[in-house]
Amino acid sequence: MSERTLRGKVAIAGIGETTYYKHGKSPDAEFKLALEAILNACRDAGVDPREVDGFASYGGDRSDGPRLAAALGIHELRFSNMHWGGGGGGVAAAVANAGAAVHSGMANCVIAFRSLAQGQFARYGRGNQAAAIGGDDAFLAPYGLMSPAQRFAMKITRFMTQHGIRHEVLRAIALTSYHHAQTNPRAVMNGRPLDVAKYEDSRWIIEPFHRLFDCCMENDGAAAVLVVPAERARDMPHKPTYLLGAAQGGHHRSAAPVHNAPDYASAHFPTVAKNLWSMAKLGPKDVDVLQAYENFTGGVLLGMIEHGMVSAEEANEFMVPENLRFDTGRLPLNTSGGNLAECYMHGLEMVNEAVRQLRGTASNQVRDPKVSLVIGGPMVTPVSSLILGTEETL
Amino acid sequence: MSTHYLPEGLPAPAQEPIAQPYWEGTRAGKLVIQKCAGCGKHQWGPEWVCHRCHSFDLGWAEVAPRGRIYSWQRPHHPVHPALNGHGPYLIVLVELPGADGVRMVGNLLGDPLQEVAIGAEVEAVFEPHDAATPPYTLVQWRLVE
Repeated sequence: MSERTLRGKVAIAGIGETTYYKHGKSPDAEFKLALEAILNACRDAGVDPREVDGFASYGGDRSDGPRLAAALGIHELRFSNMHWGGGGGGVAAAVANAGAAVHSGMANCVIAFRSLAQGQFARYGRGNQAAAIGGDDAFLAPYGLMSPAQRFAMKITRFMTQHGIRHEVLRAIALTSYHHAQTNPRAVMNGRPLDVAKYEDSRWIIEPFHRLFDCCMENDGAAAVLVVPAERARDMPHKPTYLLGAAQGGHHRSAAPVHNAPDYASAHFPTVAKNLWSMAKLGPKDVDVLQAYENFTGGVLLGMIEHGMVSAEEANEFMVPENLRFDTGRLPLNTSGGNLAECYMHGLEMVNEAVRQLRGTASNQVRDPKVSLVIGGPMVTPVSSLILGTEETL
Repeated sequence: MSTHYLPEGLPAPAQEPIAQPYWEGTRAGKLVIQKCAGCGKHQWGPEWVCHRCHSFDLGWAEVAPRGRIYSWQRPHHPVHPALNGHGPYLIVLVELPGADGVRMVGNLLGDPLQEVAIGAEVEAVFEPHDAATPPYTLVQWRLVE
């Protein structure tokens, strides 16, 4: 029996995005943003948009595939896929689901995308304002536990406390994203630098580990990638970016109700990371550039630890800005500015950045990277991550 | 003077059928959670099946209203209009060693600016909301002296 894997089977041939806006500032409707990003990804790949035959998204994207297919006049829809789970936990999974559809022959040319216009629709950082609330939230919301930041804060408190990790580690993650945004013209926070004093003086969102700059932005925009079979990508305009590994899910009962996950102080990647490395036939040391989804800086740290990129014991020493910058860093992190400072596009902007790095076209270009790791939104379930590589890594 | 830890106007719990014995227990000042009739283990939050033995015969049992702080947070930023201008408050995740280590979320009563230690012993305080329709009672926590 042949090996069941996506390694080297599919490639990202096109990337696209809209202008990124502050939340509520998009002049365009969410659906129009999605269309624009998708058309840009097709143009980048040199593919007629009518040839797209599938759509994959996540986080409950409102721009549904069949409507996109009709609006774009695509010839034939063969794959429509929405990944369970909120936020950016599914960003890498959406790309992988597109890849699985292509590799299995269910489709030929699939768009993975995310579109958000939080001015047109609701913001994430606001609590539910219903008079009465059911499900898990019945045991949380009456105590004032309502926002994503609040849902994750106690994981971070426990992990940081247990391991004696200092808040400077989280500060380094925030400083790195803002530093990279200053030389990325797409970044919403371009021209808005962050330094140690500004970080330390920023207001508490939640003690003890969520200052303002530890939290992602909320934005309007859209981003998309086009996934095709590997052999086809070789005849397309850009240097192909191959999918080497992809994994999604969560460890034992990571989604247990009312904060009852047995392994609680976790970003939920222990099993996902193991499966990822196994498919990619690579390890943490092979990664040249890392995009790690920041909903909150604590989640970046936990996700990095669970992927073996740094250990809890060495985090205080290793996690300093110089080690994380694109030019000087031993582990370049969030080289476009990420969710903190480029755009909160639920991490799809990070997939685009991972591709740009491997093509050699990033604003903050790491020197000759071969392997790009993307860690999707941490601390939700399902989480997901993926590894992309150049031709040499096949 | 309100006897409630947080201001009025936050969402009330919808007292859904799956959790009815819990809500009835809180009204009587008792902590009642799921205890599987198949394997005898506690679980929380409420679910239709035992995650250990897959029995649907989930009973309910009163457990000791004592635990220890497993983790905590002090939100400052108001995420709901009812919290505007209120200032910081404390949320704790409490582990119940007497009930197979299940965890519950509540507020830690007392000074919202107090220092909080993981592992500190706490006991339940039942906070009735008698004027609500329907009335309900929240389970809060205070440090054991």
